[in-house]
Amino acid sequence: MVAQGIFLGWGQFTIQLGNLIVIIAMVVLFVLALLLPFPGGRGRR
Amino acid sequence: MSAEQGSGSRIVSWTGRFRERSLKALPPEKLLPETQPSYVASWIYVFGMGSIAALGYVIVSGCVLALNGPAWYHVSAFGHFINSTHLWSVELFFMFMVIHLWGKFWMASWRGGRALTWITGVLAFVVSIVTAFTGYLLQTNFDSEWIAFQAKDALNAVGVGAWFNVANLGQILMWHIVLLPLAVGAVVVLHVLLVRAHGVVPPLEAAETDSQLRNLQLRDAAGTLETGEGDLS
Repeated sequence: MVAQGIFLGWGQFTIQLGNLIVIIAMVVLFVLALLLPFPGGRGRR
Repeated sequence: MSAEQGSGSRIVSWTGRFRERSLKALPPEKLLPETQPSYVASWIYVFGMGSIAALGYVIVSGCVLALNGPAWYHVSAFGHFINSTHLWSVELFFMFMVIHLWGKFWMASWRGGRALTWITGVLAFVVSIVTAFTGYLLQTNFDSEWIAFQAKDALNAVGVGAWFNVANLGQILMWHIVLLPLAVGAVVVLHVLLVRAHGVVPPLEAAETDSQLRNLQLRDAAGTLETGEGDLS
């Protein structure tokens, strides 16, 4: 049988833990992509 | 019917005209460039290629699943593993595509005559969502049955349920492994060709370095001079 999954809820709002992790991972990756220096990026024309 | 070619020989058929137009829109040095502007050396420019790499694995793993069939990927350990990597490469594909979308949205990447590039990106996203949804229907378990019977109500409500029947496993299998991958592939190829033809969009603060934006500004300025728009005298 397929597992039910873990759901988190705040009032009317509910979200599956796996979906929440994917969304947080995307936001973290986006912020890191903006902040982290690109290797070999300096000194290019 | 015929047009003069630069070398002096005449173009007499549609293949020649197509070749000439293709070479003019996308010369080889634009199609396969060796260098990119310095602002491309940023992690935010990596996610478009990340999406294509993930899509490549989605297609390869899908081909392996198609070669061996459900009895293999539902039962054998290796088949189950490939089936799982097919799912996880789709997850990566969507994660990278959404980050690519965020980056391009806040970069206003439709600037400089790149509207069609933006539109084909939106189309790629929408067609990919439909393709992924049809994948959920092919799990051949209670989960896919539940999703199909929820989706049929929405599709019947918009009037396409009789033709696009999500409860018809054979039809949905064909859409998922033939029609929709062809559509995603075609839109993605067109999107990449447009990126090559118009160049990678610069960040907002580097707009003056982009030749397409400069050309548009010059054209607008010339139009303003011609019409006398903005003339206060």
